[in-house]
Amino acid sequence: MRLSSSSNEEVTRYSPQTSDNDKRVVVAPATTQTKIKLSIQNVNAWFGKKHAVKGVSLEVKENSVTAFIGPSGCGKTTLLRCINRMHEMTPNAKAEGRVILDGVDVYDKSSDPAMVKRRIGMVFQKPNPFPTMSIHDNVAAGLKLNGIRDKKLINEVVEQSLKGAALWDEVRNDLHMPGMGLSGGQQQRLCLARALAMQPEILLMDEPTSALDPIASSKIEDLVQQLKEHLTIIIVTHNMQQAARVSEQTAFMYLGELIEYNPTRDIFKNPQKELTEKYISGRFG
Amino acid sequence: MTSGSVHINTDIKKKVSSFLVGSNKNRRFGDKLFHGLVFGTAAYTLFIIVIVVFSVGAGSIKIFSQEGFIGFVTGTAWNAVEGRESYGALPYIIGTLMSSGIALLIGVPMSMGVAYFLVEMAPSRVSGPLSFIIELLAAVPSIIYGLWALFVFRFLIKDWIETPLYNTLGSYIPFFNQAPFGLDVFTAGIVLAIMIIPIVSSISRDVMKAVPDSQREAAYSLGATRWETSRMAVFPYGKSGLLGASILGFGRAVGETMLVTLIIGNAIGPSAIPTTLFSQSQTLSSLIANEFNEASSDLQLSALIGLGAVLLIITMIINIGARIMVSRMVKVSPGGRE
Amino acid sequence: MSSSNNPSSRKEKSSGERPSKAGNNFRQTFQEISIKHASRRRITNKIVSIIAIVFVIGAIIPLASILFEVIKNGVAVLSVQFLTQPPGAIGSDAGGIGPAIQGTLITVGLASLIGAPIGVLSGVYLSEFATTSSVKGPKQRAISFFANTIRLFNDVLTGLPSIVIGIVGYVAIVLALNSFSVWAGAFALSIIMIPIVSRVSEETLKLVPNSLREAGYSLGISKTKITLFIVLKNAKDGVLTGVILAISRIAGETAPLIMTILGTSLFFTSLTGPVDALPLRIWRLASQPYESAHGFGWGAALVLILIILALSASIRLIARGKGIRVRTETI
Repeated sequence: MRLSSSSNEEVTRYSPQTSDNDKRVVVAPATTQTKIKLSIQNVNAWFGKKHAVKGVSLEVKENSVTAFIGPSGCGKTTLLRCINRMHEMTPNAKAEGRVILDGVDVYDKSSDPAMVKRRIGMVFQKPNPFPTMSIHDNVAAGLKLNGIRDKKLINEVVEQSLKGAALWDEVRNDLHMPGMGLSGGQQQRLCLARALAMQPEILLMDEPTSALDPIASSKIEDLVQQLKEHLTIIIVTHNMQQAARVSEQTAFMYLGELIEYNPTRDIFKNPQKELTEKYISGRFG
Repeated sequence: MTSGSVHINTDIKKKVSSFLVGSNKNRRFGDKLFHGLVFGTAAYTLFIIVIVVFSVGAGSIKIFSQEGFIGFVTGTAWNAVEGRESYGALPYIIGTLMSSGIALLIGVPMSMGVAYFLVEMAPSRVSGPLSFIIELLAAVPSIIYGLWALFVFRFLIKDWIETPLYNTLGSYIPFFNQAPFGLDVFTAGIVLAIMIIPIVSSISRDVMKAVPDSQREAAYSLGATRWETSRMAVFPYGKSGLLGASILGFGRAVGETMLVTLIIGNAIGPSAIPTTLFSQSQTLSSLIANEFNEASSDLQLSALIGLGAVLLIITMIINIGARIMVSRMVKVSPGGRE
Repeated sequence: MSSSNNPSSRKEKSSGERPSKAGNNFRQTFQEISIKHASRRRITNKIVSIIAIVFVIGAIIPLASILFEVIKNGVAVLSVQFLTQPPGAIGSDAGGIGPAIQGTLITVGLASLIGAPIGVLSGVYLSEFATTSSVKGPKQRAISFFANTIRLFNDVLTGLPSIVIGIVGYVAIVLALNSFSVWAGAFALSIIMIPIVSRVSEETLKLVPNSLREAGYSLGISKTKITLFIVLKNAKDGVLTGVILAISRIAGETAPLIMTILGTSLFFTSLTGPVDALPLRIWRLASQPYESAHGFGWGAALVLILIILALSASIRLIARGKGIRVRTETI
């Protein structure tokens, strides 16, 4: 039921029509079945002397879910953080290579790191709502702190984002309550809503369920399935079943290198590389 | 469970996106401005240091050119009579070091005792309130210590400690051979000791707490008593930190002005060199405070600022040494982020 | 006890040739010795514990005595007239300490207006900008060298004797304006305040989890706004306690005021003229040979101590239950 219902892709053609799209080169015309949303080209990343990501290249289709899997320390989270230039925020960290979003390199001199982050949203491993803010303010934080003052618009976005994160029904009467008062799973969905409020085109999820119990995790997984109609999702996970359940494409990484990148079904049923097979069958990691 | 697919209103989406793309130039400018502002406030510290060095230097240049630095530091005269003006800092350097030395000799063992009690002996329902009391002790301004010492404590010191010492040892040991008056270098030392107990004991407590429990357990497992454990495992491990705490307390005592001014007896000139424990004396800072507003000539004012320069140099050496030792042991700031 | 058994059995093994009877004898004597020794060690331990307790009591008694004397002698002179009137003729028991209370509030207030923002923002720089990750290489090294220099100089300023800071205020401001003034006093007190506030702010800000900054960045929020509305807002209680702590520290300072605001028996006239202050008034009163002056001194001490205790209490109130620990004793 989960794995790629290709009919969806044809029906809901979603394209980000923002005012600066004149800059972009539209790669895929409407006739092709799926558009390449993001292209990672020869990305290398370091922490100090440690070479964490080694020359990884891969392409991500629009409105799809791509999973990065691999043992701890294989560089999957680092690669994810290179996509929205979050890697740069870490002291002593360095990244090289190209990450093409809709035809424009996010590392280009002309692109603004903050703009990149607004277009590529992120959900972190541990829920991190802003402790001083209410539920409403948490979701609205990105809009307000980026200068949007239109109360009506903000309220609409908050409601829509909370609905998008399947949290609206649970909190609609407690919007003024502190975000920290929610349960772990609710906090993580609050963070998801916070990211959705920025209307991102791509959503990066860094092991979003690793701190949650199974029920809360499955809610997040359901959401991933629903959200991909509207945006492109890349999810890092150390849970292979999760990757198999939610993703269409899977990238297996090991020691900083991309070992195999194929449709999820193939990775799990018919891996091309011996290393992948070993990992899938649980013989290491 | 969630039902159906998520609806996204593309109208809202367009509005938000177009806004977010717009607001950029201002943001970068604002960031630069803020960065400049916080950088400026940090650099203000450098500015202050420059002002301190300049003020003390410019203020004391007259006396140093008249007496020479060495001459000033080794001179003992303090003569403000016009035409025969002559100033030397030696008696007050000695007075400062002696009163602070007494404070160190009394205050440090007491502080170590308090820290030992807090870390190794007291259950938390005792150590909490006791820490609070020590915080209070630190919050009392030194002028109030001075007031209390002048009107209350000095009589107790004179009757209960100084006079018995004088009566029993005075005729044998010259160091005790002066009829005590209560306003002298010994009283000043004791009150300074009380004043430095909070800082020395609380840093020592932090140093002792920073000693890993594994060190203690190792000693306990050999059957060591609490005291032996501290002697074998805690003190050696925290040596430099405890030394640093003591030196920091010494620095406090050296720089203290007001309470000393009230109880040290305010001797001037060669007679300010303490020859016995119960001599009237004077410290660098107390003389500055006493004479600053009554200075009759520019040279006298410059001599007072010269005392400040000497004091500045002494405390700089003491403090930097102490900070290095403490920070080597206890990471003063919790540095790490999540 | 177990400690004394172990060595004895080891000793026995090493002298394995001996007949077992002799070995038993040896063990017996060893145990006797170690029991005797153990009791001596226990006594040493007891003595040390008793000394420590005596020292603790010795440290508490002065505080109790100070508070007792200040309250007993201070309450005796307390009255509306005492709190609001200017001092009467020297030696008389008329008048009060009105100008001193007013002067302390004005001078300390002005010093805080200068010192608190500079101190907080300097702490923000050291915590949020000095470890900036957007620059690498030599520039990064230059920045961290600068930051460490600032931290060291802040420490140096903290350790500066307050009388020296008074000299600085005198030379830099009093001589420049050609008058003892509130400005000079506030400037001198702000020099004491800034390093304290800067250090507490830096430490508090560093405790804000980095995940919150990352969440902010991931929303494309500018660094300025992340710093002000996310990081600083999260740390505001800790920063506030640092500011109050610094205020309570400068409220009791006397030495720098001698050569900056001078002290006067008149009420405040202008920021460029002299003014009185509580600690200064206590000092002057204590130095006079009159009983009535001493009584007034105790009264002024009571008012000063109440102000400082109120500030300390507000620190505790803010910090309570929030895991904020400001090291009030060591600053």
